[in-house]
Amino acid sequence: MDTPNLETKEVINSNIQMEPTVMNDTTRRNADNLEAKGESGLETRGVHAWFDKHHALADVSLHFPENTVTGLIGPSGCGKSTFLRLLNRMHEFIPKAAMAGQVLFEGNDIYADDVNAIDMRRRIGMVFQKPNPFPAMNIGENVVAGLKLSKIKSDNKDEVIEDCLTRAGLWNEVKDRLKSPGGSLSGGQQQRLCIARSLALKPDVLLLDEPCSALDPGSTLRVEETIVQLSESMTIVIVTHNMQQAARVSDYCAFFLSDGGPGHLVEADLTTSIFSNPKDTRTADYVQGRFG
Amino acid sequence: MTTILDAVEVPTPKRPWNKKRQTFIRSAILMSISLVFSWLLSSTTELGGVLGFYLGLAVCLPVVVLIESIRHGRNVAIDRVASSVILAMFGVVVIPWISIVTTVYQKGSKAFYWGYLTTDMRFTASGESLEFGGALHAIVGTLVMVLIASLISVPLGITAAIYIVEIKGRFASSVRFFTQAMSGVPSIVAGLFIYSTICIFFGGFSAWAGALAYTILMLPTVARTSEEVLKLVPDELRAASYALGASQARTVFQVVLPTIATGLVTSAILGIARVAGETAPLLLTASYFVATSRNLNEPIASLPIYIFSNLGLGDANATTRAWGGSLVLLIVVFVLFSVARGLSARLSRK
Ligand SMILES: Nc1ncnc2c1ncn2[C@@H]1O[C@H](COP(=O)(O)OP(=O)(O)OP(=O)(O)O)[C@@H](O)[C@H]1O
Ligand SMILES: [Mg+2]
Repeated sequence: MDTPNLETKEVINSNIQMEPTVMNDTTRRNADNLEAKGESGLETRGVHAWFDKHHALADVSLHFPENTVTGLIGPSGCGKSTFLRLLNRMHEFIPKAAMAGQVLFEGNDIYADDVNAIDMRRRIGMVFQKPNPFPAMNIGENVVAGLKLSKIKSDNKDEVIEDCLTRAGLWNEVKDRLKSPGGSLSGGQQQRLCIARSLALKPDVLLLDEPCSALDPGSTLRVEETIVQLSESMTIVIVTHNMQQAARVSDYCAFFLSDGGPGHLVEADLTTSIFSNPKDTRTADYVQGRFG
Repeated sequence: MTTILDAVEVPTPKRPWNKKRQTFIRSAILMSISLVFSWLLSSTTELGGVLGFYLGLAVCLPVVVLIESIRHGRNVAIDRVASSVILAMFGVVVIPWISIVTTVYQKGSKAFYWGYLTTDMRFTASGESLEFGGALHAIVGTLVMVLIASLISVPLGITAAIYIVEIKGRFASSVRFFTQAMSGVPSIVAGLFIYSTICIFFGGFSAWAGALAYTILMLPTVARTSEEVLKLVPDELRAASYALGASQARTVFQVVLPTIATGLVTSAILGIARVAGETAPLLLTASYFVATSRNLNEPIASLPIYIFSNLGLGDANATTRAWGGSLVLLIVVFVLFSVARGLSARLSRK
């Protein structure tokens, strides 16, 4: 799936022409938005990342407008996950990691001294590439784990569980066994459980790192529908190796590349522009499957 | 090859999440305020003395921190108060520790001169002037017996743990039960056991007997901690190795054990810590000998017994020698631990 051949490229283009207008609100999809620097959404300014001495990511400036979906694409190892982890301060858990630049959330630098990283992560949720349900909790408890962990009181836990599981497309499969352990689900089901888990906290931003890499086409479609639906009320950043997926769900696309040195941003634009007439030839090569 | 680095100016890497300096300054200020308050408290109220001062500090510090951090919101306040309480508790725990170390140092260092580490008590009586004699025999004896006991009990303990966790043999649960039961054995009983089995039938007190008594005490500790560490290895790792066609033995020795090398060193350290200062098991096994031993079949000195026998004499010089022995024992244990820690750091870096 990483390297779509020419046939799938046709699919991509037909998708672009038909679907986004159906799924997305056209008014918020405007190339100018990417430039718009304001008090809204999430924005990075000249962000760099290091792992000890290894310079992994260089000079990324991007704006994620409020209530949109942005796809991060690029070959393996170009720093997409690293960039994503910088956006909700997960990068700092890696020993010897360092960074430079600014990450602005609603106009405030999330790396400023007085910012509480814990509160911040509650508002900028994350779903990891590898499903990681809590083994000591059952399915229902997993969904409301975020509420429990941050001591948020909720009177209608059952409603929250049903709502989140439904939105993650898992409710029908697990509604009869909410009491069985999270680890007893299949890999794809576990991933949807993790998505449901992050939804329970009602984050303002949701970061997804290849959320569908372990899912079958059916669940993938359901998760994609969920993403589009969620983007009505939250900003979504999704890393994906699946070009069709990027085309289907995202309003904007950002193409990352590492050309021997650190990974960096090559081009960011409306998804339609990235797929139909990218400005950079490397972007064109990548989305058409000529390398990467 | 041109990379992005040719096009942009690279800023200096920063760690904004690392607030050590700020935190340090803030804590220093809060700490001094609390110190002043607890001093006022202990000098104006009945709470006199050093203990009163520490008590005052343990109360003042959290209160000062609470007041300071209230403006940052509830979570931050709770976080900081909790850290300050922990700091105060840490102080309470550290005080006796420091007091022990300084006492031993003050009293023990009087016995020290270079010869203390290079001569034994062969030609010196315990009451004689401190310029003569030393603890070489005791140091050598302790090291020899700890070494032999480790050589026996570390491989054996790890093997037992492998049997329980990896092989899951038929007797796994009974082996686990007996190691658990053995870890409760009083050390004098271990000595008595070796005395009644080895010493009586094989020519009396010896270094071997002492080492075996040590082994009885070390083995359960090593086996149990190794077992706990082995259980932490995720099954995915074993599965990955089996899926590559590896045998169980290869999987254990080349995948599982290297993964937990640090943990195994820790289990050995805990085993050594269990025995290094034990006196009771040696009384009936290794006994005491004033010369540096060259024969493992003969009685051998050890630091705990050296301390014990010198203290029993009641003579001032002998008592000072006992303190010197305590200091050496502290240093020996410290050195053993540092070596093991350094070893495990090197193992885990690989
Ligand atoms: N924990 C780490 N320690 C050291 N280097 C790391 C670490 N994580 C990532 N890197 C390095 O940072 C670079 C970017 O890695 P990153 O995981 O962000 O790539 P990616 O774009 O997400 O790749 P993929 O598509 O395969 O997930 C790589 O060169 C990688 O070797
Ligand atoms: Mg990645």
